[in-house]
Amino acid sequence: MYAVNYHRAASVTDAAKLVKSGDAKLLSGGMTLIPAMKTRLAAPSDLVDLSRIKDLQGVKVSGKTVTIGAATTHYDVANDEKLRKACPALAHLASLIGDPAVRYKGTIGGSVANNDPAADYPAALLALGATIVTNKREISAAKFFIGLFETALKEGEIITAVSFTAPAKAAYEKFRNPASRYAIVGVFVAKGKDGVSVAVTGAGDDGVFRSKEIEAALAKNFAASALDGVKVPAKNLMTDLHASAEYRANLIAVMAKRAVAAANA
Amino acid sequence: MGIEGIGARVVRKEDKRFITGAGRYVDDMVVPGMKHAAFVRSPHAHAQIKKIDVKKAQAMPGVIGVLTGKELKADGIGNLICGWMIHSKDGSPMKMGAWSPLAVDKVRYVGDAVVIVVAETKGQARDAAEAVEITYKELKAVVDATKALQKGAPQVHAEAEDNLIFDWEIGDAKATDAAIKAAAHVTRMKIVNNRLVPNAMEPRAALGHYDKAEDHFTCWTTSQNPHVARLVMSAFYNVAPENKLRVIAPDVGGGFGSKIYIYPEEIVCLWASKKTGVPVKWVADRTESFLTDAHGRDHVSTVEMAFDKNNKITGFKVDTIANLGAYMSLFSSCVPTYLYATLLSGQYNIPAIHANVRTVYTNTAPVDAYRGAGRPEATYLLERTMEVAARELGLSPAELRRTNFITEFPHQTPVIMNYDAGDYGASLDAATKASDYAGFAKRKAAAARQGKLRGIGMSCYIEACGIAPSAAVGSLGAGVGLWESAEVRVNAVGTIEVLTGSHSHGQGHETTFAQLVNQRFGVPLDSVSIVHGDTDKVQMGMGTYGSRSGAVGMSAIAKALDKVEAKAKKIAAHLLEADEGDIVIENGEVKVAGTDKSLPWFQVALAAYTAHNLPAGMEPGLKETAFYDPANFTFPAGCYICEVEIDPETGTTEIVQFVAADDFGNIINPMIVEGQVHGGIAQGIGQALLEGAHYDDSGQLLTASYMDYTMPRAGDLPSFRVSTTNTPCPSNPLGIKGCGEAGAIGSPPAVINAITDAIGITDIAMPASPSTVWAAIRAKK
Repeated sequence: MYAVNYHRAASVTDAAKLVKSGDAKLLSGGMTLIPAMKTRLAAPSDLVDLSRIKDLQGVKVSGKTVTIGAATTHYDVANDEKLRKACPALAHLASLIGDPAVRYKGTIGGSVANNDPAADYPAALLALGATIVTNKREISAAKFFIGLFETALKEGEIITAVSFTAPAKAAYEKFRNPASRYAIVGVFVAKGKDGVSVAVTGAGDDGVFRSKEIEAALAKNFAASALDGVKVPAKNLMTDLHASAEYRANLIAVMAKRAVAAANA
Repeated sequence: MGIEGIGARVVRKEDKRFITGAGRYVDDMVVPGMKHAAFVRSPHAHAQIKKIDVKKAQAMPGVIGVLTGKELKADGIGNLICGWMIHSKDGSPMKMGAWSPLAVDKVRYVGDAVVIVVAETKGQARDAAEAVEITYKELKAVVDATKALQKGAPQVHAEAEDNLIFDWEIGDAKATDAAIKAAAHVTRMKIVNNRLVPNAMEPRAALGHYDKAEDHFTCWTTSQNPHVARLVMSAFYNVAPENKLRVIAPDVGGGFGSKIYIYPEEIVCLWASKKTGVPVKWVADRTESFLTDAHGRDHVSTVEMAFDKNNKITGFKVDTIANLGAYMSLFSSCVPTYLYATLLSGQYNIPAIHANVRTVYTNTAPVDAYRGAGRPEATYLLERTMEVAARELGLSPAELRRTNFITEFPHQTPVIMNYDAGDYGASLDAATKASDYAGFAKRKAAAARQGKLRGIGMSCYIEACGIAPSAAVGSLGAGVGLWESAEVRVNAVGTIEVLTGSHSHGQGHETTFAQLVNQRFGVPLDSVSIVHGDTDKVQMGMGTYGSRSGAVGMSAIAKALDKVEAKAKKIAAHLLEADEGDIVIENGEVKVAGTDKSLPWFQVALAAYTAHNLPAGMEPGLKETAFYDPANFTFPAGCYICEVEIDPETGTTEIVQFVAADDFGNIINPMIVEGQVHGGIAQGIGQALLEGAHYDDSGQLLTASYMDYTMPRAGDLPSFRVSTTNTPCPSNPLGIKGCGEAGAIGSPPAVINAITDAIGITDIAMPASPSTVWAAIRAKK
């Protein structure tokens, strides 16, 4: 790791100021950034740590509206009683991220801002039609996730929370990369007042996306059996050492089927 | 067996320090004035070095020295060697290209060391390493051994035309061809054995310290065989004469073969210490381990197995291409030859065998012995072929094997080995019984009702351990003898130190070797210390690899104990005024048999050192040395049965049962043996289902971290059901065969046989990852 200046931000305003210094990066758990720095693949001059800002922590549920502070750890998302009632699928998703050490440090805001194409949260937020709240504005998930590691965030813009309306039914199923245990395919299905939404992570060559084929089949009948024989095209899916595009296309249908079964259970 | 003696499940003495984080590894060593090294490594798989500019790096903060291969050569440091000469079938010696510890003109794989930077801190050394400017002219690379042999392929070394190192054969080609021609049935296969990265828990490390006043070097290094390291560094690399070079291998966190070899880094750290005047420490990071630890396996073979009308094997013909990587590592040449083709008879009566092996240079990391070393490759060929043959012949795989088992010993195979003892039927029976082999069809049907594909596969392996006798391996080209040494020092108060040439890097020698002493003299384990891993303390020894420490290392200790016992009995007979032949030693007492006359053990030891009342002419002291050279290899064998269930929707394989029935000869500590089997099977399942090193066509290692290289995790593995059916080994005094590699040797074919059985196909590539299995299921439809 190269030498770096560490700043612990006291508030979002403080962080917004600090992040303007040098080639600074925001740190919110650091489960991707720190390893990248350790292998010298990332070399920020300054780190501005958001994880101790109290205002950014915790889950709020008000009626059907769920708001999760950006610095809430995966562990806290997974174990929040209110969330487990309002949207158990998201709590379950958080419990599947990384390993215990990662879940204690990593945060939802950090994960969302990084937008790793194999991260779990983007699939949930896209399927839930969530809003990403920053210190400047509110952005819909559909407009937020742009591409591989690419988001609508502007230079120095800080995510403060994500919020969404709890769905009637939802579930997340992921198939893990045997080595990294990231998602090769992760499918989040949600059935809400606006219909069925299905988002896929780990598979798209341009990051998280919604599967039209799966959504169309489920719109008619929200049942696992509705997906029998549904083919997901391999076009625009990733091929790498661990999975071909065809294999990922197959897994999208299989994981979607299992997610629907879990959502209906 | 006593509570601490041979056969007792004694808890490992060394685990207290390992589990509490109190182990002392090379990276824990601190020498006054010590500085840190970083290596500048080639980012290219194949390139000419046009220019090395170190000026910028030398000016970086904290930098003490930036040294190149030219300077190393100018100081007379030699090239790395391969310690086993193999001749091609035309009689020509293997074509070995030069391996300079720091590349001078050309780099040949990604990770090839080019420059060493020594600085005050590790971070400064790395910063300065990045500032070294090397101008390369990139050359076309070749990573695939078969492609490397084709005309016009990139040439890795000028010395080896078409990248062919040697073209070697063993066995009787004519007789084998005739058997195939006359056969009632021939099974033919192309079989690939995937390349693996060893992944010891502790990365390699070296600390070189040159003492100017004494003109003496000390090297702390992660070695499985510190004496061999000293010998090679002194005799071939001209680092220093042996008496001026001390090599210490302290606690070492796993080797699996990869720490047998002498690598560039330890040589360069020693040389750099003299050059810069400071002790120099280097510790590999995990990426360096992936790139530069000697890899394992990487064979492509075609096989033909001939059967007569009674389903007896009449001939076995093998053609293998083995990828040795960019340079010939220390024992790379013997792995795909004498450790491989000599095992092709397996547990079977095969009248005619012929194997042809071509070894090839490629622009990849050097390949050498990795847990099993040649024997897993041989077993994989044989046991995959037997399984497929059984299916083709419409026979039960168990029965085809039983029909062909060797049942009389000694048995001379057509490929050098003379098996001394075994009972292959017994391990097959034990394994089929433990796995309820007969009830499989029911379980398969039940799985099918759940939409799962269930399969069963077996593997009857044999291996050769000990690698001996020295005269025999010498005649086959080995540059060293493969005996072992021991010194038993009884102290004046009766406590005992055993100095062994074996080296423990996870095997538990401090416990098992002490159990042997306990068995002899009845002294408590706590009063026995095992000393190893330091050339200044221990007499010349050959180290630990090839499952040899029990059969060879402990036999040397047994021989030394014989001498100690004989002298102790003489002293006791003298003191007790009894006949020497009537003296027995048990439970810490030296007794006159059939009487109540006895002396505590410590009094005999004390008498040896006070020397007030010794038999006439006897020298004082109680300390003996022995060197043991085995009469033969040892031949552990066994039967493994694996049962899998595959989810056809995702291609995920679950191992629902894994049974091992091994014959290890006599066993010192069953708990440690079971641990060895568990670890070996975990690595074997790793090879079959999870692990695989992949280079892209330009020679970049794609699996250079745990993000892409799948290490087996606890959740990937079932609870193993292991047992033993032991026939003592007749060729060493303890009857031990060895158990360190069996699991890794026997398990891959059992797993792949089970998967191919489940899917109903002939072959599938390792690792049989979910995507590979899914594709195979889809291709079959």
